[in-house]
Amino acid sequence: MARAVAALALAAFCATTGGDGAVAQQAGLAPFVVTGDAIEAPLGGLKGDPARGRAIIVDRQKGLCLLCHSGPFPDQRFQGDIAPSLAGAGARLSVAQLRLRIVDGTLLNPETVMPSYYRIEGLTRVARAFEGKPILDAQEVEDVVAFLGALRDGPSTGETR
Amino acid sequence: MRAALFVLSLGAASAALAEIPADQRKSGADFMSAQTRAMQNDDATNPAMLSVLDGESRWSAKAGAGAKSCADCHGPAETSMKGVAARYPAFDAESGRPIDLAGRINSCVETRQQAQPLKPESPGLLALTAYVALQSRGMPVAPPSDERLASFRARGEELWRQRFGQLNFSCAQCHDDNWGRKLGSAPIPQAHPNAYPIYRLDWQGMGSLQRRLRNCMSGVRANAYPYGAPEFVDLELYLMQRAAGMPMETPGVRP
Repeated sequence: MARAVAALALAAFCATTGGDGAVAQQAGLAPFVVTGDAIEAPLGGLKGDPARGRAIIVDRQKGLCLLCHSGPFPDQRFQGDIAPSLAGAGARLSVAQLRLRIVDGTLLNPETVMPSYYRIEGLTRVARAFEGKPILDAQEVEDVVAFLGALRDGPSTGETR
Repeated sequence: MRAALFVLSLGAASAALAEIPADQRKSGADFMSAQTRAMQNDDATNPAMLSVLDGESRWSAKAGAGAKSCADCHGPAETSMKGVAARYPAFDAESGRPIDLAGRINSCVETRQQAQPLKPESPGLLALTAYVALQSRGMPVAPPSDERLASFRARGEELWRQRFGQLNFSCAQCHDDNWGRKLGSAPIPQAHPNAYPIYRLDWQGMGSLQRRLRNCMSGVRANAYPYGAPEFVDLELYLMQRAAGMPMETPGVRP
């Protein structure tokens, strides 16, 4: 059964199931299950490393996060202000909620400007060098989730867009 | 079902913002440092003027099997080319499609002068385009109301709203919905096409709107359309409509 669901493209998956409870499978990527507005299980059962997560977040070629977000990174110049501050992200959202927002925020809000970090389907004219590759792999997603989940200081409510 | 409703309500709450109202439109120059603006505003320091001067001499240089110059047919550009750039792209009956200013110049080079067409982004084509566009400086962007352009302009608007690349951004998400905010260190401008060709400090040289659009596509990790692609002309058609009434600035300087 999981195999049959696995054949569906992510977009079709959303349209037919409402995004709740079914297994999303993309070629070569770890499957995940969306429950409500969260993904409870770590991708690939991997354990995230917060220190590596921080390094990914501040890397402007890798995580790209600080192009749009600011956060508690006093050593980082030129933080963007397109999206809410990452400070207190772990107080506002559970680790499972953070995971879905990083994996594919368009499942919650199709209009979001947030890139889908663990998605390879339903994209248009992806450059050859990035074809078939998510922005972050499963381990990197878990690293980022682990770091953000530990950011407890900051506003417990935040504007989201 | 509950989840489906949840998704719907979130989607509706943050539907994309509308087009920028006319009284809030700003040129890219308004987002630059005072020094860069001053560089653009003084022809003695504007580095794009070197290309314009090159274009001026090319205007009267005979070329091709016809041994004709632009001036031989068109006369002085100051009069014949006044306002032309402000209304391009225009409908080209021969191809049945819109054509941009550089495309029109190159079609003249090929069919009237019977010379080798100039390469996209070549100094000669940028120079002639900049010289012709200078003749519209200060005039309002005035897209033609030609009905034959309507479907192409609509296609351009679709492309504007189409998400592209691994990062999955549309033009509109940054330049309609988030202009004025900071992407890293740089404020996001509104993406108006009224200063092209430009001298971009980052390029250390001149470039067309298509070069800029290709930069943005690469930035979102998309496979950029090639120079001269119809998609770029359609997009320019929409962008000129979106900038209608704004003064032409060519030759612009950008950071």
